[in-house]
Amino acid sequence: MPIPASSSRPAAAAWRRFTRNRAAVAGLALVLFFLLMAAFGPWVAPHDPLKQQLDGALAGPSWSHGLGRDELGRDILSRILHGARISLGMALGASLIAAGAGVTVGLVAAYRGGGLEEILMRLVDVVLAFPGFLLAIAVVSALGPGIVNVAVAVGVNTMPGFARIAHSTAHAMKETEHVAAARALGNSGPRILWRHILPNCLAPIVVQFTLRMGTVVVIGSGLSFLGLGAQPPSPEWGAMLSTAREYLRTAPHLSLVPGLAILLLVLAWNLLGDGLTEALNPKLNRS
Amino acid sequence: MGRLIGRRLLFLLPVLFGILAAVFVTMRIVPGDPARLVAGPDAGPEELAAIRHQFGLDLPLHVQFGRYLLDVLRGEFGQSLKTQRPVLDEIVPRLWNTALLAVLSTFFAAALGLLAGIVAAARRNSTFDHMTMAVAMLGVSTPSFYLGIVLIVVFAVMLRLFPAGGSGGLIHLILPAVTLGASTLGIVARMTRASMIDVLDEDYIRTARAKGVRERVIVARHALRNALLPVIAVVALQFGFVLAGSVLVETVFSFPGIGWLIVESISMRDFPVVQGSILLVTFVSVLVNLAADLLYGYADPRIKF
Repeated sequence: MPIPASSSRPAAAAWRRFTRNRAAVAGLALVLFFLLMAAFGPWVAPHDPLKQQLDGALAGPSWSHGLGRDELGRDILSRILHGARISLGMALGASLIAAGAGVTVGLVAAYRGGGLEEILMRLVDVVLAFPGFLLAIAVVSALGPGIVNVAVAVGVNTMPGFARIAHSTAHAMKETEHVAAARALGNSGPRILWRHILPNCLAPIVVQFTLRMGTVVVIGSGLSFLGLGAQPPSPEWGAMLSTAREYLRTAPHLSLVPGLAILLLVLAWNLLGDGLTEALNPKLNRS
Repeated sequence: MGRLIGRRLLFLLPVLFGILAAVFVTMRIVPGDPARLVAGPDAGPEELAAIRHQFGLDLPLHVQFGRYLLDVLRGEFGQSLKTQRPVLDEIVPRLWNTALLAVLSTFFAAALGLLAGIVAAARRNSTFDHMTMAVAMLGVSTPSFYLGIVLIVVFAVMLRLFPAGGSGGLIHLILPAVTLGASTLGIVARMTRASMIDVLDEDYIRTARAKGVRERVIVARHALRNALLPVIAVVALQFGFVLAGSVLVETVFSFPGIGWLIVESISMRDFPVVQGSILLVTFVSVLVNLAADLLYGYADPRIKF
């Protein structure tokens, strides 16, 4: 059956609104740039990111080392290019954990209702009550330092937003006629959740994903900065910044680049998230 | 109002219980033996067993949790494994330092954010508006630990206007407070602008304009009062994030607050102090949010709890 023309119109209108928003397009371009950097960075890096050359330690930018060298003489540009995969991978992993766990909890709570809903959503409230990334610090200090543990800790910390959105959207969906029809046809609960309710919750979940990515990058690199995430000699950007802090007086350029990389990555996701929110909720657009 | 506060406090109990349970469970999955930390690497099995007994670590988990709940209710958070002093004695002076820093940074962020947001809304789509919103977005997106480093390089190392870290007077608080407040400043500016624009489009503002009231009076007297409500909520909500954010900022500036204490205690595996600090900061944040909710309800009689 051909798809009626009207069904594609809201998406086309949203895309038009998105492309008219220059900040949002810049955000999308930057996100794509960082994704490409994470994918191909290690291949285009001019030097080995771990190769030490102590006679060139703390050297400023030069023709052979465009962004200078760190305290052990390693090439900063190569470390940044390699680090993109770790920093972005850690953030994407954490967001996927948060979205997977949060959406499952929210959908199941809304669909099953009753005591289970009450228990699950109160648990979400408890996680939400922890301010900022304090819970992530507690979790990662218990699990021990490491990139995977940081992704888990940040994922747990970020989960409530996804749970609440999935819960409220699924609650509204549960009462619609097409879910009632699916139930009347004898579909099982998990099948109804997966095939009929989840697809309709996807738009707000995707928006939440892009909006939260900026915060997730900050928390993840912040934990590495505190020494709880990626460990030396890993070229993770937060860890690089942490080491560079020791050389603020003698070689401030060491901290400039990894910090700027984190800032741009966060800015990119924030601009993209804001742009998507405005494109999908035109009433919010107040420019 | 008394009944309202009572009801809200009652709602808070399961959340507080959940926080206690979450922190308790998290700290129990820590690998390694806390008794070994107290006794040192050369301790024999008998000495370790005695220490486990002294700290109640040999009891079943549910009994440990029960004891821990009773202790917290009595205001006892245990002993620091490192200094052997009561945890509360370690935490309280540090908490005061952090509270001072958090209040200062929130005040700075709220005042400047409000001003920027109001002017941006009153001059919608002007260059000032675009610039302010761009700076606000930058404030929201700059990680505090990076901003802190940049401020140290510029204002402490290059210009020598402020100390690069430590404590000892108001001058030591300025750079950390600006760093800690930057993100809140951005959020408050964006929120104030959005809220003001909503209100400035209302009928009663048009009426005031039609009556010939001066624009400055309309903005300051008619619009601002109504636009302030969501901003109050955001500022209060941000306070918890500011408290948690102090962990990073205090580490950058070597500021002796509770955030730095948490980081130091994690690296020394002094878990009673980590546990107590996280609990106390979370409790303070939950209570501040409750106070904000109540204040919000008091300021806007349309809101029912």
